[in-house]
Amino acid sequence: MQMPARLQPQATQPLLQIRGLRVEIDGKRVLDGIDLDIAPGEVVAIMGPNGSGKTTLAQVLAGRELYRVTGGTVRFDGQDLLALPPQERALAGLFLAFQYPVEIPGLSNVYLLKAALNAQRKHRGLPELDAMEFLQQVKALMRELGMDEKFLQRGVNEGFSGGEKKRNDMLQMALLQPRLAILDETDSGLDVDALKAVAQAVNAMRSPERALVLITHYERLLEVIVPDRMHVLWQGRIAASGGAELARRIEREGYAWLQPGAALASAQEV
Amino acid sequence: MSQSNPSLVEFLERDYAAGFISPIDSDLAPKGLNEDIIRLISVKKNEPEFLLQWRLKAYRHWLTLAEPTWAKIHHPPIDYQAIHYYAAPKRDKAPKSLDEVDPELLRVYEKLGIPLHERAALAGVAVDAVFDSVSVATTFKDKLAQHGIIFCSFSDAVQNHPELVQQYLGTVVPPGDNFFAALNAAVFTDGSFVYIPKGVRCPMELSTYFRINAKDSGQFERTLIIADEGAQVSYLEGCTAPRRDENQLHAAVVEIIALDDARVKYSTVQNWYPGDKDGKGGIYNFVTKRGECRGARSRISWTQVETGSAITWKYPSVLLRGDDSVGEFYSVALTNHFQQADTGTKMIHIGRNTRSTIVSKGISAGRGSNTYRGLVKVLPKAEGARNYTQCDSLLIGARCGAHTFPYIEVRNPSAQVEHEATTSRVGEDQLFYCMQRGISAEDAVALIVGGFAREVVKQLPMEFAVEAQKLLGVSLEGSVG
Repeated sequence: MQMPARLQPQATQPLLQIRGLRVEIDGKRVLDGIDLDIAPGEVVAIMGPNGSGKTTLAQVLAGRELYRVTGGTVRFDGQDLLALPPQERALAGLFLAFQYPVEIPGLSNVYLLKAALNAQRKHRGLPELDAMEFLQQVKALMRELGMDEKFLQRGVNEGFSGGEKKRNDMLQMALLQPRLAILDETDSGLDVDALKAVAQAVNAMRSPERALVLITHYERLLEVIVPDRMHVLWQGRIAASGGAELARRIEREGYAWLQPGAALASAQEV
Repeated sequence: MSQSNPSLVEFLERDYAAGFISPIDSDLAPKGLNEDIIRLISVKKNEPEFLLQWRLKAYRHWLTLAEPTWAKIHHPPIDYQAIHYYAAPKRDKAPKSLDEVDPELLRVYEKLGIPLHERAALAGVAVDAVFDSVSVATTFKDKLAQHGIIFCSFSDAVQNHPELVQQYLGTVVPPGDNFFAALNAAVFTDGSFVYIPKGVRCPMELSTYFRINAKDSGQFERTLIIADEGAQVSYLEGCTAPRRDENQLHAAVVEIIALDDARVKYSTVQNWYPGDKDGKGGIYNFVTKRGECRGARSRISWTQVETGSAITWKYPSVLLRGDDSVGEFYSVALTNHFQQADTGTKMIHIGRNTRSTIVSKGISAGRGSNTYRGLVKVLPKAEGARNYTQCDSLLIGARCGAHTFPYIEVRNPSAQVEHEATTSRVGEDQLFYCMQRGISAEDAVALIVGGFAREVVKQLPMEFAVEAQKLLGVSLEGSVG
């Protein structure tokens, strides 16, 4: 597939640079030496079977303490990402759309959104928005996402359907305008309409300054959000890299061809 | 629960901000309790004979009572002979205006964020400030007087309106009601008094700030609020005490009377010193608060945010005597470190079609113990009575406790009583979710706890709601790690 010129990976300093990343949870190795560069403007898809380490990678990048980093480095925009607590990673522009967005009963969406946006603005040296300005901005985004304004007063993800939760994360992403957004299985559990709405929101985020990482099981997401590059995770390593056509091969053949020894040859083949 | 985030730990270890001690000379009675001390208090307060006799009767009854043991709280025995039962800031004569009040005392209130002058004027809040046991200054007295409203210290009410005091005192909480109420009746030294005449809607929020300052002193204030037919008033109460290693006793009584069609809203933000993170020191808060919807269609509403005290033992209650009367209880109680709270309410349905609502939110952190104890009682004549109760508990960390003891007694078959209860935990995943959005750990805890408490906090007048929200955040110091 031919890509529009503006979406071609740019030959600039990578926004995210991962070298030899090894991670354990409960003494079990989950990531076994990941090397990955992501440049600004890139849309990258990461696929892989269950248990291959996709969600672990996303969570480690966002700073989840459950995981233990045992080796390697991660630089984000020149900074040592692993040295930062989660909120500072977020303030530096890293956003994670969760596979399972958590419910926070009683805390209304509008409070969380406002606290998050104002924390970002404060970090960037901008004045905090007052209630009116904030509501104007967030309501405009909600209209684009086809979300009912009633969402604002509901508890964060409280009693939301799967699709509503994912859409809510998209709203947060659109509001916070991150430099790197990692979408962890954002397509799972969505019906066709919800998938369309989410894809639209993600595509609207594409920009030369921003990188997007799509973590997914299914090829169908990559038909509506076409990535620039693809990587396949297999047993905690990147076993194959290539273009969007890699997804179609996985759709056809599954992951069996990624068996040790086959990986390199197959990746070159496609 | 995350154990290692440095900012969270730092935040949770934050200090009690109101814990300063003020160098104010106190006029102290000798320690101990006997009839002579009670006579001394009565003489100091220049009280009429009926009140002295009332006190002595309460004292003699108290001698026959034992401390209640049914609450889920533990503390070393209280030595009632080791307490000063009268402590007053020293002054030559009663101040005529704020200008005559000891400037050091005014500075204390300023430190607490209650500059009497500005705050009163700006916020339109009339403030009665009770320092140790004596009411120091009441603002806006004149403006209220134009409406026929009496808002003054209890002592002033005894001097200037003895007939009202005699008519209503002890009619809702009888002097022998319970151990601590009897003790209060014997030794109370001041408090607030409110009378709203027929048909008058009080034009401003009335407010009292209580502060315990003197060492080894107890605070035994007594508040009496009377809303005559069709009257309406919203009353706020705030409390702080300095940090001391010894435990201090606070045994207050609040009585509210609402006549036909009257409405009283009573809000408390209680931030007595909770003790340090090892459980040393702190206020023992044994309080009896009760309102009586004496008239038809009257309404009494209690809202409390309890963040302080080493021990909280209080059950703001409503006697629903008048037909169609309404009682409400909205509560947030937070316990951290070694704090213990046993709190709840009693809704006694006596009249027909009486309704009550109970919303209780308990937050436990550290080794805190948080108990909801509530009684809903429907008497045989309370045709059509209805109650709705909701009790939610939120746990932070693994060493705290939450308990719910709802008692329901229904003696009328037409009554409807509902009870809902939930227990949940502040999850590591919830904190991470907020932090991933750029929110600091401390703000994340405050947001999550604030969300949990929202239903109650929104009942508070705006000004108090902001303060309460902040207090909930600050009070979670040391709950992790």
